[in-house]
Amino acid sequence: MKNLNHHTVVYWAAFCAVMAVLIVAPLVLPEFWRRFLTEILIWGLLAMSSDLLIGYTGMISFGHSAFFGLGMYGAAAALILFSPPNLWLAIGFGLVGAAGAALFVAYFSTRLRDIYFAITTLIFSQIFYVIIFTWTKVTGGENGLIFTRPHFSIPFLYDVRFTSTTLHWFVLAMVAGSYLILRRVTQSPFGMVLQSIRENEARTRAIGFPVQRYKIVAVMLSGIFAGLAGVLYGVQNEFAAPDFVYFITSGDTVIFNVMGGIGTLVGPIVGAGFFQLLRELMSRIFGDQFPYLIPLGFIFIAMIIFLPQGLLGFARRWLNR
Amino acid sequence: MHALVAFLQDIPVDLLIIQTVNGVVTGMILALVASGLTLIFGIMDVVNFAHGELFMLGAYVGVIVMVATGNFWLALIVSFLVIALLGAVIQIVTLRPLIGRDPLNTILVTFGISLILQNFALWYFGPIARRMPSPITGHFILFYLDYPWYRLLIAALSAAIIGGFWLFLKFSKYGVWIRATTQDRVMAQAMGIPVPLVFTGVFALGAGMAAMSGVLFAPLVGVDHTMGLDWVLKAFIVVVVGGMGSLGGSIVAAIFISLLESYAAIWVDPSQAVIVSFVVLILTLLFKPTGLFATPK
Repeated sequence: MKNLNHHTVVYWAAFCAVMAVLIVAPLVLPEFWRRFLTEILIWGLLAMSSDLLIGYTGMISFGHSAFFGLGMYGAAAALILFSPPNLWLAIGFGLVGAAGAALFVAYFSTRLRDIYFAITTLIFSQIFYVIIFTWTKVTGGENGLIFTRPHFSIPFLYDVRFTSTTLHWFVLAMVAGSYLILRRVTQSPFGMVLQSIRENEARTRAIGFPVQRYKIVAVMLSGIFAGLAGVLYGVQNEFAAPDFVYFITSGDTVIFNVMGGIGTLVGPIVGAGFFQLLRELMSRIFGDQFPYLIPLGFIFIAMIIFLPQGLLGFARRWLNR
Repeated sequence: MHALVAFLQDIPVDLLIIQTVNGVVTGMILALVASGLTLIFGIMDVVNFAHGELFMLGAYVGVIVMVATGNFWLALIVSFLVIALLGAVIQIVTLRPLIGRDPLNTILVTFGISLILQNFALWYFGPIARRMPSPITGHFILFYLDYPWYRLLIAALSAAIIGGFWLFLKFSKYGVWIRATTQDRVMAQAMGIPVPLVFTGVFALGAGMAAMSGVLFAPLVGVDHTMGLDWVLKAFIVVVVGGMGSLGGSIVAAIFISLLESYAAIWVDPSQAVIVSFVVLILTLLFKPTGLFATPK
């Protein structure tokens, strides 16, 4: 026990406490809020994957909708083609789809830096949107694809239908697992290189690191986790729609990051929760037609100017230790 | 060989010429949008994500004035002034506090602004597209089409605005201020140029140019709240292909891409013709990532 310092103990205690709350939550929450919480976790996973680029590598991606959408459509393909629908196949298909999209986007857009990177990721994600939107025969075009939710299964051992509670636990397990993996990645030598690219790209290159290759791997890694979020969203809602491949999803992802605090991994999840809660609150108070994005846009801008670290920015050093 | 000959013989020459005219017309509007974007980027390293929204709002203001007064020129001027004022306010309130911070912050802020403006338009003007009456209704015969003179007028007006803007940059006192600030911000300040004021002025000017292009474009398709994103995307492609900060490059790239898109529309659905501009972008990134006409900065 000597090696355990104060920080490690407090960190894992906090982690377990948050996990415990999230595990118990669906048991006490009514159906609507249960689904709401699950969705926040999924959006949080998407935002967290993007944080690997924004917060740790210093590249703003406006193209995460492509990875999210390809994950979603990949899962849809597996769930429609194979019968009975299999959860793990869906995840596999989704991740492969997202990784393919990420490789394509990364190969071209990492040739550019900063603002140019942001713009090209946006444009490339729109390519996927146009393809999915117009290739009606395969993707269902505007209407998207509808499928049935797979069972939770461990081959030959266990097979059970998802309830909204068990689905929440499954999503929670996936998100928590992704968080731990991403945290490990950011603390690994690879993650250190990414952070040194953020701090000083020219010097990192001068030391001898193949910067572009690191960036491509970072984008792909980020894309795979975004794809996982897409799969989970598809499984939860039993459909895949081109709207999610559209730019707005990417924009939301960036907003979650900025609101929650970039470079913290958990911040984006908090940001997603903050955003969705405010939105729900406003539509409850002012009615469904209320243009909630106008006040949220003002909050977003105010946060960039006055609170650039985001909600969890104060804990950034502590979380990354 | 036969297949190739058959293919060449199958190219409809009349369609090709019609699409050339169409491509030049949209290309000129796009050039006007992109030159405002390029100007703003060149001088203050701000990628104005809200540029498409300013284009859209400009079109709305134009429609309102046009419907109220029936005077197209008034609509053009009022739209320019209103959106330029809006641009100045946006710059002072949101971008000025960010000077000196990482330029990536500006893309985030302008993205937030585009969100607000777009949803404001949806909320205030409603989801139904507005029609704008053409200022001149004459036609001429282009093969089997009654081609409206208005389209040619758009191209000519866009060219005139860009030309006037170029003359302004080249010969007027404020144009010299702008160019000096672009070249060396600190030195310009030392020479007594009020740099913050130049920033605000340039942003307002770029916004006003976007608004005018919106008014010019409005009679072609109609105005709705979603048109901004399409245009800002196209303008982004143009400035990346043309070389960011290069005014001439943007104009050439705008016309080039619009021509390609309208030729592609002969064979495929217009919504798929967009892919052509994506391909141009990919090829540019592969072989000349700095853009075709980039000036080293």
